[in-house]
Order: sequence, then C-alpha cells, then structure tokens
Amino acid sequence: MTEKKYDELKDLSDVVISTRIRFARNLEDYPFPCRLSGEKKFKVANTVKDAVLEGHSAISDKFKYIQMSELTQEEAVSLVERHLVSPEFISDRLGRGLLILDDESVSIMINEEDHVRIQVIKQNMDLDGAYDLADKIDTLLDERLNFAFNEKFGYLTQCPTNIGTGMRASLMMHLPALKESGAMGKISASLSKLGLVIRGIYGEGTEPLGAIFQLSNQVTLGISEQEAINNLRDIAHQLVMQERAAREALSKNINILDGIYRSYGILHYAKLMSNNECMKLLSNLRFGIEMGIFENIDANTVNRLFIEIQPATLMKNIGKKLSAAERDQIRAELVRNTLFHQKVPANRRLK
Amino acid sequence: MLCQSCEKRQATTHIKTILNGELKEFNLCPECAQKLGYGSFFGNIGFDLDKLFGSFMDGFASEKSTKRCQSCGCSFEDIAKSGKVGCANCYDTFYEELLPSIQRIHGRTSHTGKLAHSAGTEVKIRNEMIKCKNDLEKAIKEQEFEKAAELRDRIRELEKSVSNNSQ
Repeated sequence: MTEKKYDELKDLSDVVISTRIRFARNLEDYPFPCRLSGEKKFKVANTVKDAVLEGHSAISDKFKYIQMSELTQEEAVSLVERHLVSPEFISDRLGRGLLILDDESVSIMINEEDHVRIQVIKQNMDLDGAYDLADKIDTLLDERLNFAFNEKFGYLTQCPTNIGTGMRASLMMHLPALKESGAMGKISASLSKLGLVIRGIYGEGTEPLGAIFQLSNQVTLGISEQEAINNLRDIAHQLVMQERAAREALSKNINILDGIYRSYGILHYAKLMSNNECMKLLSNLRFGIEMGIFENIDANTVNRLFIEIQPATLMKNIGKKLSAAERDQIRAELVRNTLFHQKVPANRRLK
Repeated sequence: MLCQSCEKRQATTHIKTILNGELKEFNLCPECAQKLGYGSFFGNIGFDLDKLFGSFMDGFASEKSTKRCQSCGCSFEDIAKSGKVGCANCYDTFYEELLPSIQRIHGRTSHTGKLAHSAGTEVKIRNEMIKCKNDLEKAIKEQEFEKAAELRDRIRELEKSVSNNSQ
C-alpha cells in the first residue's frame, strides 16, 4: 500500500532539489584524524587515494585526486558552495585530500572528521539511487582498506554521533510556502523527536536564506540504512504534502504574488545583484515556477543558479579574482543570460 | 560570547559556514541552535559537550582518569573534553564510559545494518537472520505469502549453516 502512495508522489521535483547520502568510515590501523600526526595524515591520504585510483575497478579512472593544500582559497570555497565538501573540511586543509568523480556526483573527503567520508549527490529525489552507488563504493573500498568496525557499535567514527551505520541521508528541499507561513519552527521541533533534523542551508545560520532547507536523519545506531532511508522518505513526503498545501493556500495571496512578480522583474532587468538579494529573488522565482506562473523557465535551471551565483563559484567559472562590486555585476548578467536569453558564455557555463 | 541570533544568551555552539564566499564561524546559544536545526548533542558540528559527557564526568573522570587507550594513548578525559574518540580501540577500552552517552545520543546501543567485510561469518549470518525474520513478519502482515515462503526457506537455510558451524 505504501508503495502505491509513493508512486503517486513520485515526482517531487517541485520541492526536492537534491538527494545526498554520506558514509563516515575510518581505517582500522590508524588513530582517528584528531590524533593523527601530519605525517600520518599524508599516509592515510595516500592509502585511500591508491585504493580508489589504482583499484582497477570500473570507476577508478573516473576519479580525480585533489590535494587540498594546493588549492587557492576561492577554489576551496567553491567546493563548499557546490556541496562537494563541508566548511569544516576547508578550514584547515593540510593533510587533507579529495577524490571527485568526473561528473561531481561522488566526492570522497579524506581526513575530514573521519578518515573517509563518501558522499553521493543526485538531482531531485533519488534516495535509492544515491544509496546504491554509495554502498557499492563503500564495499569496494572496504575490501582494500579494512574499515574500523565492531559488532556492537557497527562502523566506528571519531564522533560517537555517527557510529553504527555512519550514514547521513539528506534531502535539499525548497519550502518557501512553509517558511512564509511561519511553520518551520514547529516542524523543526517535531522532527527532532523523530530523530530527524531540518536546517536552512544558506544564510548566516541565524536566518535561512532562499527558503532552502536540508532534511537529514540523525540517529545512526540501532537503525539499519534501509530503515533510516524509509523513515526519511516518509517524512519528506509529508513535508512535500504540507508545502504543496501551503503553496495552494498562498496562491491567491496578492502580497505573495506581488513579491514573485517583482522578483521576476528584478532578475530580468537588474544590473547589480548581491549574493543575498539574488538568493531571495531566485527562491521567489522558483516559487512562481512551481505555482505555474512562469512556464518557460525550468526549475532545474534555477537549482543550478543557486550554486553558480555563489561568490567563489562565480570567480572560479570566470577564471579570475573579482571584487564584490564586480561580482554583483557579473552575477546580474549571468542570471539574466541564463534565465531570459539562454545564452551563457562558454567560460561561465558549468560542465 | 553572546549568541549571534538572540544576542541575549551565552553562545555554546560554534558553527563553521561559508558566507558570501568566505569561511566564517558563528556562535549560537543552545536555544537558538535548537531552533535553527543545529541543536541537541546530535550533528557532527558544534554539539554540546557539557550535556553529552558532563553528567557522568563528575562521577567517573576522577577515579578512572589514569586509564589510557593502549592503541592511541587517549584518556577518557581527552575524549570527554573534545567530544572526539581517539581510535577504534577506544570504543573497547572505554566501553563502559561511552555507553551511557551513546545510549543518550541514539536511544539504542547495538548496531543493525550493513556489516563491514571484517565482520565474522557468524555475525553476518545472524544479521541476515534478523533481517529475514523482520521481513517475514512484514510479509505475513501484508499477506504476501509467496515472499513469506521464500523468507521462511532462507531462514531455515541460515539456521542450518549456524548449527553446522557450531558442530
């Protein structure tokens, strides 16, 4: 019965932007990164790198290795903006390495909080697809690296909050109507009782920007990967239903509509746009698209812009350092070209 | 340091984030952290150590502080202070000490789910058996009898291999 319910709700792309599965793993033979000397960190990084690149598996020649200390600050920050690594990972880059799959759907952080963090990102809602891929990579690496594991506590991690499956499954969701109606506080409180957490992913942490939230599981011990994923999926479906109902309720609200149309106008004609302003406007635009107001713009294009307009990614794609004022100008141009003219200079296009 | 959200209470949670292209750290009090989804002792960033380890630190730390992990040299005090476990072996060495916090964090204390390749065959069989039994129950409830029969056969096979192993 539940299967059928999911079928009806299969296309959740009006709300779910992307899916992420992350496994935390450690090598049995080394202390965890917090007690690892600089020299040993390099050893761990090389061991993991070799296990992936010289594995002679189907995926090994599709991975690229990056020594984090060799990146410029902009390149490092752009990795965070593209959700390939955590902010923590770039705060101290020495002895840390990163393996990325050519299409950027898989990244393996070495010596973050744990020796190995395998992460798979899929567009829209694809928990099973993301899990299967992460599971395959994990199994492959485990055979070569011997991950720390004990029968009682499962996979062992530096922070006890991750032991057990070591798995964090997350969905990035666009919830403008729920945010607008002031329901997020209540939702967040009730989710924490269910072992889940929801948080704004852009903005200062004090005020979520652009109504983009991340829903993740928190409990990793005593619950299997499949149970945790099913749990997350159930709650996500409920949230999607609530968001849809809230959108419906707001669809005739003249203040909301005015905000959406104004955002469209500014995105179309502005010559300068700050990061914060742009995020809010794009969120409103996406809200409008999902309400059926702007039929000639694809929500996935907006999803991509959420990342491409971020400062460091903007500079990376342009290929040079820019002042904040220069960025505001180029950002406005990029948005205009992408959304309304469909002509993006090749050097500014993401692969 | 005051909380940057409410600017009233003391900040105890520190979160690293990217803001306008720069790496920044911001600080929140427990209440605001909870509200914004960084709360409780969950999460891999900024969890509240006092809450996590504090209560039994009072009881245990003083008498047991001499014990050290033979693998990494870590003491339980080191773990409690940093919130970071030193190595895989620490989970054995400080099993008793860690158990209450683990129980508090996850609500449970033993792993179910994927097994590493280093886990023994016996564990693997037992784990599959638990899974099959759960699935069987579900299949019966949902009246999927064909699936139930398959699962029943698989459980018998597993039981046989366990008894063979122990002989």
